[in-house]
Amino acid sequence: MTETAIQVKGLQKSYKKLHVLKGVDFEVEKGSIFALLGSNGAGKTTIVKILATLLKQDSGTAAVNGFDVASKPGNVRQSISLTGQFAAVDEILTGRENLIMIAKLRHLTNPRQVADDLLKRFGLTDAADRRVSIYSGGMRRRLDIAMSLVGKPQLIFLDEPTTGLDPEARIEVWKTVKELADSGTTVFLTTQYLDEAEQLADWIAILHEGRIIAGGTLEDLKKLFPPAKVEYIEKQPTLEEIFLAIIGKKEEK
Amino acid sequence: METVKKHFFSDMGVMLGRSMRHIFRSMDTIITVAITPIALMLLFVYVLGGAIHSGSDNYVNYLLPGILLIAIASGIAYTAFRLFTDMQRGIFERFHSMPIARSTVLWGHVLTSLVSNFISVAVIILVALIMGFRSSAGLLSWLAVAVILVLFTLALTWLAAIAGLSAKSVDGASAFSYPLIFLPFISSAFVPTESMPSAVRAFAENQPVTSIVESIRALLSGQPVGNDIWVALAWCVGIMLVAYFFAMRAYKKRV
Repeated sequence: MTETAIQVKGLQKSYKKLHVLKGVDFEVEKGSIFALLGSNGAGKTTIVKILATLLKQDSGTAAVNGFDVASKPGNVRQSISLTGQFAAVDEILTGRENLIMIAKLRHLTNPRQVADDLLKRFGLTDAADRRVSIYSGGMRRRLDIAMSLVGKPQLIFLDEPTTGLDPEARIEVWKTVKELADSGTTVFLTTQYLDEAEQLADWIAILHEGRIIAGGTLEDLKKLFPPAKVEYIEKQPTLEEIFLAIIGKKEEK
Repeated sequence: METVKKHFFSDMGVMLGRSMRHIFRSMDTIITVAITPIALMLLFVYVLGGAIHSGSDNYVNYLLPGILLIAIASGIAYTAFRLFTDMQRGIFERFHSMPIARSTVLWGHVLTSLVSNFISVAVIILVALIMGFRSSAGLLSWLAVAVILVLFTLALTWLAAIAGLSAKSVDGASAFSYPLIFLPFISSAFVPTESMPSAVRAFAENQPVTSIVESIRALLSGQPVGNDIWVALAWCVGIMLVAYFFAMRAYKKRV
């Protein structure tokens, strides 16, 4: 049918007196990684919530996989999965139980098998039968994303997936997101980290003061701004590079 | 939406299974909802009971209805707590963005409250039997007791839902239950109201717990229940309807 996964036109939303979205327009191509970039409080999560049928917009339209979010929320929910800002995992259950629970709620025929496969894919097999409350931040995030993949939704929302993660866990999440897109899933990502959008996204939209003020591929966006100057500077390693290099060496031993 | 309706019961089952696991894995919950009421019962019967003149020769029989109400009031505090944490942790949002019967997210907690309180009530009655509780009640009387307890549980569960859905902190979500747990102490649950000073007695005789305790006690001992049962049912249904209205309002505000 259509090649657009998400279509948003003139989206507006206010919370009491606060006018968060003042007419947002964008489209997301099927199978791509779309990054919505914006500072804290720019309204990224509001957009995600509207698209995931958790919140109703004041005006404008939004369609997900061809279904209008306001009039056909049931159809929208069939084809999406939301990974919210805070890992929405059940801490008292084990990793395996969390996955089985979601598989049952998606009415899959073999919840155990689905859980086993995802645990393996996300490197959680060893921790599968431990309670999530003792998982590290990175493991929790991985489980969170794994739960979103149960039932193979066509579109997955990742709302600030790496906020609060350490550098290693961040790279793990990035790898997962890339693999997702390679397998044909559309990924809608919000982030406040510029390098994250740079690393992952096929298309970047910048949300500022309630509107999309710029959108395009990384190349497009680079063209919009003053051309690159040639400067000679000594390239010092960043602390992140040093940290990862040391950790990497340790693991080789 | 046909598919969503078709799965209502299986979705409900998943929600129930999840919350029941929360209960059985929380030592704190088990201690509060079963062990504490049993300890209270032991304390009142074997320590204080000798000095209490209840006017009945079997104090366990006299005491049991009040203990059951205390257990239920402690139990629903955890319903508020579980609702609150679900809301905080974002698991509500995950469920709500899935193709499931949305109402099961909230009703699952209500069902859990009923099932878990039923279990703790059953355990307490079992212990009471060991301690010498005897009842001459027939099947119909037991059924009537069950109806009263179910309505009482539902009424308090919806009160708990208001707290759980609108609280700003964990403390707020469960603190509301303390007055409820205390209410049976200022009723005819442990001692006859005749022994109380007149102001306290007026309060005790006109608050819901006394009529509920009196009806359950009468039903279990095969006495005529009189007006008490209607007063008790009116309290339960009234609280339930009002609480349900406000809980739904709080719920709609949050989703």
